[in-house]
Amino acid sequence: MAIHGATIDARTWGETLHEWVTTVDHKRIGLLYILFALLFLVIAGVEALVIRIQLMYPHNDFVSPQVFNRMFTMHGTTMIFFFAMPILFGFGNYLVPLMIGARDMAFPRLNAFSFWLSALSGFLLYFSFLGGSGLYGAGSAPDAGWWAYAPLTARAFSPGSSTDYWTIAVLVSGFGSIGTAVNLIATILCMRCPGMTLGRMPLLAWLYLTMSGLALIGITPLSAAQLMLLVDRYLGGHFFDTQAGGSATLWMHFFWIFGHPEVYILVIPAFAFMSEIIPVFSRKPIFGYPVMVAATVCIAFVSMSVWAHHMFTIGMNSYANSFFAITTMAVGVPTGIKIFNWLGTMWGGRIQFKTPMLFSIAFLFQFLIAGLTGIIQAAVPFDWQLSLSYFVVAHFHYVIVGGILFAIFAAFYYWYPKVSGRLMSERLGQIHFWLFVLGFHLTFDVMHVPGLLGMPRRIYTYEPGRGWDTLNLLVSIGAFIQAVGLLVFVANLILSYWKGDKAGKDPWDAWTLEWSVSSPPPAYNFATIPTVASRRPLWDLKHPEDPDSRYE
Amino acid sequence: MTQLLNIFAPESTPARAIVDLSTLVLSVTAVIFVVVAGLLVYAIVKFRATPADADREPAQVYGSTQIELAWTIVPILIVIVLFAATARVIHAIQDAPQPPGAVEVTVIGHQFWWEYRYPALGVVTANELHIPVSDPSRPRPTFLTLLSADTDHSFWIPQLAGKTDLIPNRVNRLWMDPHRPGIFLGQCAQYCGTQHAKMLQRVSVETPDEFDAWVRSQQQPANEDLSATAGRRIFETTACINCHTVRATVANGRFGPDLTHLMSRATIASGAAENTPENLRVWLRDPDAIKPGSLMPAMRVSDAELDALVRYMTSLR
Repeated sequence: MAIHGATIDARTWGETLHEWVTTVDHKRIGLLYILFALLFLVIAGVEALVIRIQLMYPHNDFVSPQVFNRMFTMHGTTMIFFFAMPILFGFGNYLVPLMIGARDMAFPRLNAFSFWLSALSGFLLYFSFLGGSGLYGAGSAPDAGWWAYAPLTARAFSPGSSTDYWTIAVLVSGFGSIGTAVNLIATILCMRCPGMTLGRMPLLAWLYLTMSGLALIGITPLSAAQLMLLVDRYLGGHFFDTQAGGSATLWMHFFWIFGHPEVYILVIPAFAFMSEIIPVFSRKPIFGYPVMVAATVCIAFVSMSVWAHHMFTIGMNSYANSFFAITTMAVGVPTGIKIFNWLGTMWGGRIQFKTPMLFSIAFLFQFLIAGLTGIIQAAVPFDWQLSLSYFVVAHFHYVIVGGILFAIFAAFYYWYPKVSGRLMSERLGQIHFWLFVLGFHLTFDVMHVPGLLGMPRRIYTYEPGRGWDTLNLLVSIGAFIQAVGLLVFVANLILSYWKGDKAGKDPWDAWTLEWSVSSPPPAYNFATIPTVASRRPLWDLKHPEDPDSRYE
Repeated sequence: MTQLLNIFAPESTPARAIVDLSTLVLSVTAVIFVVVAGLLVYAIVKFRATPADADREPAQVYGSTQIELAWTIVPILIVIVLFAATARVIHAIQDAPQPPGAVEVTVIGHQFWWEYRYPALGVVTANELHIPVSDPSRPRPTFLTLLSADTDHSFWIPQLAGKTDLIPNRVNRLWMDPHRPGIFLGQCAQYCGTQHAKMLQRVSVETPDEFDAWVRSQQQPANEDLSATAGRRIFETTACINCHTVRATVANGRFGPDLTHLMSRATIASGAAENTPENLRVWLRDPDAIKPGSLMPAMRVSDAELDALVRYMTSLR
């Protein structure tokens, strides 16, 4: 293992490649995850643009219905399984050992194995464009939607192999996620540095611990369902094959018992970034640390009993509908507590509007709205109108883009100096921020309205004269503004690597352990394993007259 | 004519109950938004860093049990109120008993069209549902039994009721009692395959007299028009009859729509085109020209045969 910077110039391109491919270093694996995810962000973003061009005008024929169906299936599958999950695992991989004072993850080889499984599954999914054919007469690539509801995935309706590519890609990526989740749990529970009790862990570690637990519970039924689907398709099983007495709703239950915890698997790391960034730029410790931990664990538990709120239209009886209404509304309470605690953190602080904080502030407003539209849809009869309409599409993009993606951007601007040793450009960061805010709100604020006017999701075209035309045009324009914003971001990532200001160890005057080592951190992270006495070890170091350890 | 499918313009009891519930839910969430967003804006403006205090750290506050309790208990109370209101409306809509005299319709979803069967009335039709107005003083609601012949679909007429899915191997129920006559539009809401987008719905709500007249006309067997015999022969000797029914003829297929009274319908191809002889001709020659991915094959008949077929179709009044 080379010490960074010492021998890098002497190596050939092939040696460098070999080193990255065979690496078991958590930081490099984290970066591989992040780069892999960014690649898929761009791919799935292009798919979104194809969708939006097609929907700009009624009766548009930019793409055929077959291509459109592939685009929304691949967009959803890619964004969830090959952008959001890997990028969040990537940040976790990079940050968790550094923040808990460890030299690596608990199982470095499992870590590498998990990443390469994810990479394999992503490329497998996209190989289907060459290798698979889908719905009856419909050509290549999966096209049954990202929930792949039965019986559309049965051999009778999807005779080609595209559904198999989808199933196996999701299955393999699930194994990768389970591996990383096990690894994160083991690391957080067993590898903390001396003095770091559970109650002194950075909130990020707590949240990744919760998220990993949720991933173990959520991804397992998904994997089981994929295996059952394969049994149906190739071994004559009848789990979901309705033509032979199988159950379409069984698949729905399996999928959403994964699918809803999945939302929290994605959003809890976003909460984690917020819980690290907002305190630093407010110059105050997180407000109500124990309550934040309790609220997170509470969200994780409640989120396992809300899955059927994705299924209010399938004709469950009134008791089941009422049960899932109350659990769904209840999950709003701990989520609200988190927003209040971030507010409490900012209250009385000295808020610095650096780019990471700008994205964090936008996150707070947007996540608030996303949460409230979620509560709205928990009112079951109202959801009978909203479900499967563009209102839902707007709602969950508000969560995933307005919440999670904004938090990911904040995390990039915040930790990029640690990873690269250079600050990202504030100027480009501001341009990226404002373009993205403008594009995001134009797209997803407006998108709620056609849903209220009766526009269902997943239609490749629509009739004129229903009040949907102008709205869809605005939504599409917003999508392009976001695309430009994303290009500015990628340019910033690349340019700042060479042109950015030197960051030094601790550019934000922050308080957690990753800022105590050089930027980029050495391969072994810590020359001597640190000992901590509070939740903010660097605060204690910087303020020996008034350390946190005195109050905790 | 602009025909909105606005969920906030209800024309029947369940849709109206949903709007009433939504008013409460939207008001409560709007108040929460204004309060929380207001506090956020206040904090951002009030506590922004200024050059004057740049190198001073603010007071380090770690939390407050009282405040945490307050912002836990208040949301719990709000949740209880919202849940109670929700549960009441769920029960009122879902558990409403079916009164005697209600119209019963069996809806069967197909890729990519709707089959409507009125078992008590002996009527079978497709894509355009006819139901009577339900006067609140003399209620005559329509109760739908929702089935699917293939994949999942979802029945959604926003102005009349919330949506309910049609799922194979499962029987779902939905009811509506439209308060005024008129045409109400909707479309399949659950992704069901290639042509999900053009699985449109059209509900004609009629006065009791109009509805009864429509039922009587639909109960008649197919019209015998001697000028269309040539087309009928082509219809009955190609694969058409494998999928389509024309009652009282040899055509008794069930895979596609019943054509016995085709010309009583305003649209063809599940609302994808107006029902005109020109469109019928385009459709018969190449269904993909109107609805790519539709399961009806192009029958590769000659132009003369096409003309005869269209003449037969237009005779099915």
